[in-house]
Amino acid sequence: MLSRSVGLLLCLVALMGFAVLSIAVGARSVPLSTVFEALWSSDGSYDALVVAQQRVPRTVLGILVGAALGLAGALMQALTRNPLADPGLLGVNSGAAAAVVSAISFLGLTSPLEYVWFAFGGAAAAALVVYGLGSSGRAGGPVRLALAGTAISAVLVAYTFAVQLVDDKALDQFRFWIVGGLAGRDLDVLVRVGPMLVLGLVVGLLLARPLNVIALGDETGRALGASLGTVRLSAAASITLLCGAATAAAGPFSFIGLTVPHIARSLVGADQRWVLPFSAVLAPCLLLGADVVGRVVLPPSELEAGLVTAFLGAPVFIALVRGRKVAQL
Amino acid sequence: MTALNSVRLVGGRVSFRLHARSLWVSGLLLVITAGALVAALVLGDYHVPLDDAVRAVFGESTRMAELFVERRRLPRALTAVLVGIAMGVAGAVFQSLTRNPLGSPDIVGFGHGAATGAVVVLLLVGGGTTQTAVGAFVGGLVSAAVVYLLALKGGAHGYRLVLVGIGVSAMLIAFNNYLVTRADLDDARAATVWIVGSLYERRWPEAALMAVALLVLLPAVLALSRTLSVLDIGDEGATALGVRVERSRLALIVTAVGLTAVATACAGPVAFVSLVAPQVSRRLTGSAGPGLLPAGLLGGVLLLVSDIVAQQITSPGELPVGVVTGAVGGAYLGWLLLREWRSGRG
Repeated sequence: MLSRSVGLLLCLVALMGFAVLSIAVGARSVPLSTVFEALWSSDGSYDALVVAQQRVPRTVLGILVGAALGLAGALMQALTRNPLADPGLLGVNSGAAAAVVSAISFLGLTSPLEYVWFAFGGAAAAALVVYGLGSSGRAGGPVRLALAGTAISAVLVAYTFAVQLVDDKALDQFRFWIVGGLAGRDLDVLVRVGPMLVLGLVVGLLLARPLNVIALGDETGRALGASLGTVRLSAAASITLLCGAATAAAGPFSFIGLTVPHIARSLVGADQRWVLPFSAVLAPCLLLGADVVGRVVLPPSELEAGLVTAFLGAPVFIALVRGRKVAQL
Repeated sequence: MTALNSVRLVGGRVSFRLHARSLWVSGLLLVITAGALVAALVLGDYHVPLDDAVRAVFGESTRMAELFVERRRLPRALTAVLVGIAMGVAGAVFQSLTRNPLGSPDIVGFGHGAATGAVVVLLLVGGGTTQTAVGAFVGGLVSAAVVYLLALKGGAHGYRLVLVGIGVSAMLIAFNNYLVTRADLDDARAATVWIVGSLYERRWPEAALMAVALLVLLPAVLALSRTLSVLDIGDEGATALGVRVERSRLALIVTAVGLTAVATACAGPVAFVSLVAPQVSRRLTGSAGPGLLPAGLLGGVLLLVSDIVAQQITSPGELPVGVVTGAVGGAYLGWLLLREWRSGRG
């Protein structure tokens, strides 16, 4: 108990370190003293503007998006009891992608800032259909939900590919969006998706105890007084908010939601009261770290955070999986 | 399940009853395959009358019928069926092996590795169709081997295999996306078509390759499928029953990956076939076992029908078959789930 609290505290400290790095490091080198001053008061210089209007919102967005993806992944795996479940399984990523590719191709939108509401709308609509299909009926169990997600995602992915292959312009823009990244996301995006992310985080973290009960199995859970339907619905709503908003803001990062919960479980066991917060703190560390590395590794261009996340995160993940006895779901 | 009860046989032993239903479904799938094959020969930009088409297959016919049916449509349709069978069977093996409905050869990083191999050849080396196929074959096998070896420590436990596969796949996907974003638009489109999976211009060499691969690997998989049912009850139980768990699992993975490798080299990673075919066939047969044969036949039907549709909906030009497979297969699985729910069985 104590060691896990200390661990969580250490992760939070690490996250703060990554946040400082993310504000201080960038393609344009700004002296640390200027960074520090710009945080409190702007002297109107260009450097100060870069820090206040680009780096700080980008960092805050990185923390929120990372936390959202990590928590959404942990919730999804708890909900479906399936280690292969990423938050995209609810159809969120494919729904967002289908809406974004439609917006590019049919409405001629060109910037990630304009995609935000389309992405979120598509994500929410897809999640609604998947959840409706997957959880209805008497035995709307984890397998059904996973299959419904697979089925709906397949249709949406097929549509997304079809549009790209018919429309070169869509392919050209979409291939950059799908990678996922924080570049160019400013205060505007943060203002739009921030509230949804915060709401989703609060709801998700409150579900830890009921999810622990559900993990004992449907029958036992019911016997212990858990309202399975309510818990599942709240978890799905929270996942949709978190993942829909995160995808809308930064594109689909499937890797974080898939792996960070496994890392959290390998550290703290299967207790959701620890898995959920650890996932929510570890994931933004990975995302911010990847974002910083992506900014400096190939100057003057940037490597998208979505790519760096996988390249940095996957080896760590594999080493962890090999090294320890993994806590199963 | 109501439909299951209608199949009553003398003796009424459960296993026998399920088996009979599987046979019945398999027979039906074979009939559908035959019908779709005929449709594939007749339909197209150039319409060939049915009797000309049949004569082109079995003997002499008009020159145009020979050209379109014998040289193009027949080999392409056969390739579709055989690739579908290979992917359906491989999917059933992996879903049974990992005891996970989301299991597919992608679990061991196969599809993404194959895509990496093909994309590297397409974008960096600039090879043609054959080189791309070889690149996919090698890429897929290397990734599968890497995943297996990384997961091997102290026995490649099913769960660890799945997790290592996730990690390796993530890196491969990121690498593929990186290459596609850095390529020029034409190359990016070629790579995307390949990743989706296409049967465009597939001729006799592909069909022959698939036929040989199935002749060699399918009997091996079917022979191993008895162990598959035993592995289903868990490692300890299987060991107690005298199955050498690690060896059986490796043999099954190798044969299933082999099937996928050849199929992917021929048509690209039409990933969804191996996911959906076992699930749908399991619902049709009502069988709890791995059900390799119905899964394979269903995969064949799915891919062939998808390919016919893919050639028809946009004309001139065609969509890659993977797009239609995803749409048709996904919609059908969704409909099955909806029907289960309506009838109160879900």
